[in-house]
Amino acid sequence: MELSLFWTSIYIVILAAFTGYVVISRVPVILHTPLMSGSNFIHGIVLIGAMVALGLATTTGQQIIGFIAVVLGAANVTGGYVITERILQMFDSSRKKPGKGD
Amino acid sequence: MVDLSFLIDPVYIATIIIFIIGLQRMSHPLTARSGIVWAGAAMLIATLVTFLTPELTNFALIAIAIVIGGGLGYIAAKRVAMTDMPQMVAIYNGMGGGAAAGIAAVHLLGTTTPATSTLAVIGGLIGAVSFSGSMIAFMKLQGWMRPRPITFPGQQVVNMAVLGLAALSGILLLWQPAFLPLSFSTYLPLFFILSLAFGILMTLPIGGADMPVVISMYNAFTGLAVGLDGFSFATPNYAMVIAGIIVGAAGTLLTVLMARAMNRSIANILFGAFGATEETTAEIQGSIKSIEAEDVAAMLAYANSVVIVPGYGMAVAQAQQKVKELMDQLESRNVTVKFAIHPVAGRMPGHMNVLLAEAGISYDHLFDRDEINQEFPGTDVVLVIGANDVVNPAAHREGSPLFGMPILDVEQARNVIVLKRGQGRGFSGIENDLFYRDNTRMLYGDAKETLGELVQAVKRL
Repeated sequence: MELSLFWTSIYIVILAAFTGYVVISRVPVILHTPLMSGSNFIHGIVLIGAMVALGLATTTGQQIIGFIAVVLGAANVTGGYVITERILQMFDSSRKKPGKGD
Repeated sequence: MVDLSFLIDPVYIATIIIFIIGLQRMSHPLTARSGIVWAGAAMLIATLVTFLTPELTNFALIAIAIVIGGGLGYIAAKRVAMTDMPQMVAIYNGMGGGAAAGIAAVHLLGTTTPATSTLAVIGGLIGAVSFSGSMIAFMKLQGWMRPRPITFPGQQVVNMAVLGLAALSGILLLWQPAFLPLSFSTYLPLFFILSLAFGILMTLPIGGADMPVVISMYNAFTGLAVGLDGFSFATPNYAMVIAGIIVGAAGTLLTVLMARAMNRSIANILFGAFGATEETTAEIQGSIKSIEAEDVAAMLAYANSVVIVPGYGMAVAQAQQKVKELMDQLESRNVTVKFAIHPVAGRMPGHMNVLLAEAGISYDHLFDRDEINQEFPGTDVVLVIGANDVVNPAAHREGSPLFGMPILDVEQARNVIVLKRGQGRGFSGIENDLFYRDNTRMLYGDAKETLGELVQAVKRL
């Protein structure tokens, strides 16, 4: 890694960390669980990295590990999404007439 | 085939922007649901555009892996009961950590520069710890393992030694010094085995009640691992870097906020082995007295003010609709009904709010600990539905493992009725003094059935 790329990376990391901090800094307690689940979904972006790792793999060993990584990453994405969606669905129902439940 | 790889970066940038907007929307109750839908759409497009990556091969393998992982993840998440959500967050988070560790391993097995391999080692260590740690958290919450802290003498020393050895094998892996007889093919598995072992060891001494905080911490770990892994590619994957670091920072803040809600420090949660010290029940004065549903119904119907304290027991029994019916019955008799919500009632912060909202109980009936605690001395009847540790007065007694945890001071009310399935202890495994108080009566049975009986009995009065 070149030196300039190193410093660029530091800039990116600092700004991203600050963004993460600011975005959720005033979250009410009731949203802690959905937000934890939601951010669990966001780091499912690991899937695209796993896809590239498997896609560029050359040896069998790399392919096996890459395959497992894609399986795990894909489960993180779909599971994280469904869980978050289900939790947040309940907040929605409070604004409708009770009993209608979907 | 037309080279469409120029699309990748613009789409990744758009994905990041939508993730940030989505997280922001998830931080407010009214917009929360649209936030996850936005983020989901962005993730889908980012996944599709990744297939356009130049020189990508193994397309069939990638597609099969996505179908297997995505399919299983989807089905399991759809089927699981609402009460099991916390452990599902844990297991999916662990999978993300495992994927991050896997990417690091693939890169270390290929051609690397010193910088990319260093970041792969750090990302791999954190990802592996998050993977094994989350799996232990999942097993504890799922009941496949004893939820109580597992401790042994010299535990912290052993843990630190394992972490040190994991770090050392990571350094040797990068350095491969000539004066040692071992080679890369020894260091790599050793490094991952030690990292996984540390994740397990670190989670064993943590008690059930602290699990949500720990899951949140591993969530931040996975984010960080994903972010560092993003740099381990020959061309850095900035979508991974930024999304990962955002989750790392947001997750860390969330962990601190959750720990603060329990009035505990992160260090205390990680190293305090909460609830590990067994207390003798001999200190507790008085006896447990039970009561019948009919009598409780009369107490409730002729009270001026009733405070309901829901807990995990209500969630398990899916009794929230019955709670709502009881509230309606009592309110039609001009009884003031309020709900006292402890920040960590249930298995996760906000667990109770979600369930009560589902039953159609409006937010203005819900009061948090600080608002309601001063009202207990003036309350006629407190109805505790399947809550235990959050109402345990032992938290005020020095020497108790619960000491210092903020609780709902229900014992100050004139009458306390505890709905409980049996005589078991709470999640922390600590005996509850409240059940032995003179003003406490126990109403045993399944929360849903018992509440149904109460509703009928109140109607008859």
